[in-house]
Amino acid sequence: MSGPGTAAGAGAPRGGTAAEWGAFEDNMQGGGSAVIDMENMDDTSGSSFEDMGEMHQRMKEEEEVDAEAAAADEEDGEFLGMKGFKGQLGRQVADQMWQAGKRQASKAFNLYANIDILRPYFDVEPMQVRNRLLESMIPMKMINFPQKIAGELYGPLMLVFTLVAILLHGMKTSDTIIREGTLMGTAIGTCFGYWLGVSSFIYFLAYLCNAQITMVQMLSLLGYGLFGHCITLFVTYNIHFHSLFYIFWLGIGGLSTLRMVAVLVSRTVGHTQRLILCGALAALHMLFLLYLHFAYHKVVEGILDTLEGPNIPPFQRVARDIPAVSSAVLNATAKTVALAL
Amino acid sequence: MAAAEEAGAAAEPLFAGLAEVSISEGIPVEGEIAVPLRSGPADEDASTLDEPVRDTIMRDLRAVGKKFAHVAYPKKSSALLRDWDLWGPLILCVLLALMLQGRSADSTEDKGPQFAEVFVIIWFGAVVITLNSKLLGGTISFFQSLCVLGYCILPLTVALLVCRLVLLAYSGTISFIVRLLVVMAMFGWSTLASTAFLADSQPPNRKALVVYPIFLFYFVISWMIFTFAP
Repeated sequence: MSGPGTAAGAGAPRGGTAAEWGAFEDNMQGGGSAVIDMENMDDTSGSSFEDMGEMHQRMKEEEEVDAEAAAADEEDGEFLGMKGFKGQLGRQVADQMWQAGKRQASKAFNLYANIDILRPYFDVEPMQVRNRLLESMIPMKMINFPQKIAGELYGPLMLVFTLVAILLHGMKTSDTIIREGTLMGTAIGTCFGYWLGVSSFIYFLAYLCNAQITMVQMLSLLGYGLFGHCITLFVTYNIHFHSLFYIFWLGIGGLSTLRMVAVLVSRTVGHTQRLILCGALAALHMLFLLYLHFAYHKVVEGILDTLEGPNIPPFQRVARDIPAVSSAVLNATAKTVALAL
Repeated sequence: MAAAEEAGAAAEPLFAGLAEVSISEGIPVEGEIAVPLRSGPADEDASTLDEPVRDTIMRDLRAVGKKFAHVAYPKKSSALLRDWDLWGPLILCVLLALMLQGRSADSTEDKGPQFAEVFVIIWFGAVVITLNSKLLGGTISFFQSLCVLGYCILPLTVALLVCRLVLLAYSGTISFIVRLLVVMAMFGWSTLASTAFLADSQPPNRKALVVYPIFLFYFVISWMIFTFAP
């Protein structure tokens, strides 16, 4: 019985000021519900990322609530007039900052969800990968009709990582010392830099030369082209014969380059364009293999030492001069001391 | 009370309609209304606020130790996947990096891998493998995979310990052969254990594609261990 009575009692003053405080109360309610949401968020165990989707949804809801609160704020500002305007402006700026920060945070969550976008490029079977690896060594002489390129990234990515591992091995065995940075960083930087950099460069050239190829296809083509590099480097880092390397360089490296050139030729129209595109790709691909071999190779390390031989004597001479000078200085001081005595 | 009655009256038509729609006359309604009690041991439910700190730490350590045992004797079990933690991987990773550290960090002739290098290889490699398995359509969460890959470094850490002991004792052809055998065996163990845990979460026709980066990852680590000379 007492329930309705008190409710009515509370309701009477409320009715009087409802017009004035309505907007403010809305605001408070908005804030209150947001707090409850936060508490709910803490409840999630966070044991897996599957919860993130839910969390993200909650954040969106919260955003909506905040938008309502902002609308309420605007009403509030109008009511208070000029005096409240400054406060409202400050609040709006703070609100915008808050919104921007929250957008950044939700973007970070989305990045993980966006893995799904990449999934089609990894949709392969083991047999397909094996066949493509073999095909990357077989140039096909079919120029009149555009050859098929699979837009797939699993094989290329794994080949690049394999190349990183092989390069790391080569660096270790050749005792390469890198002053700034680590071997690991250098190996990863070199391989990924080549793959991404040359792909985008050739893609740009292909765009200029009007070749029919997409960026993903270019990445896939160049990535599978690295299979020849992997074989060559793996063998020649372990067996140190220069003649063997040149045979592998021309044979296996040449085959994989020819394959890429054949594909590009079949997709380009016009002799000049074909020459520019394929010349650039072939030169870059073959020179990269040459660089990888000679930059981190045991035998060449010795040759470099002998080449650097003439550079050492000046250094030694400086080292030798110092005692001479110091002894001269010593002699001079001894003489002056003797004279003084 | 009046308000409650009002609310009840307001709600009644809604639910009444719902009941009529969803349940037809002929089918008897059956089911368990009682909430099933937790069948597990009661102590897991008990509050951990007023227990001694030692108990808390010991419980976590025991969980880590149990997972080590799972890796040492890999059998089909989801214990490593169900409640993942990153303590074990952290301990193993730090141990490996410390033991692989060259003798002096500031000398220019230092040939051993640096602490940071080992650390980065392990975590970067594990993240790449995890992302790869996600991209190939695996149904495993990010940290579960990191946990399994990290715990499966255990055999390689043991291999490094053995290698260091062998190198302390004597160096020569025998030591070379012993180290080669130990590292190869432990490499096989690591790869098999991690595939045993991770293979179930992958589509069956793509297991080879998932195993290849795992193979490469453990191969690089075991190669680093094999070529290490203090």
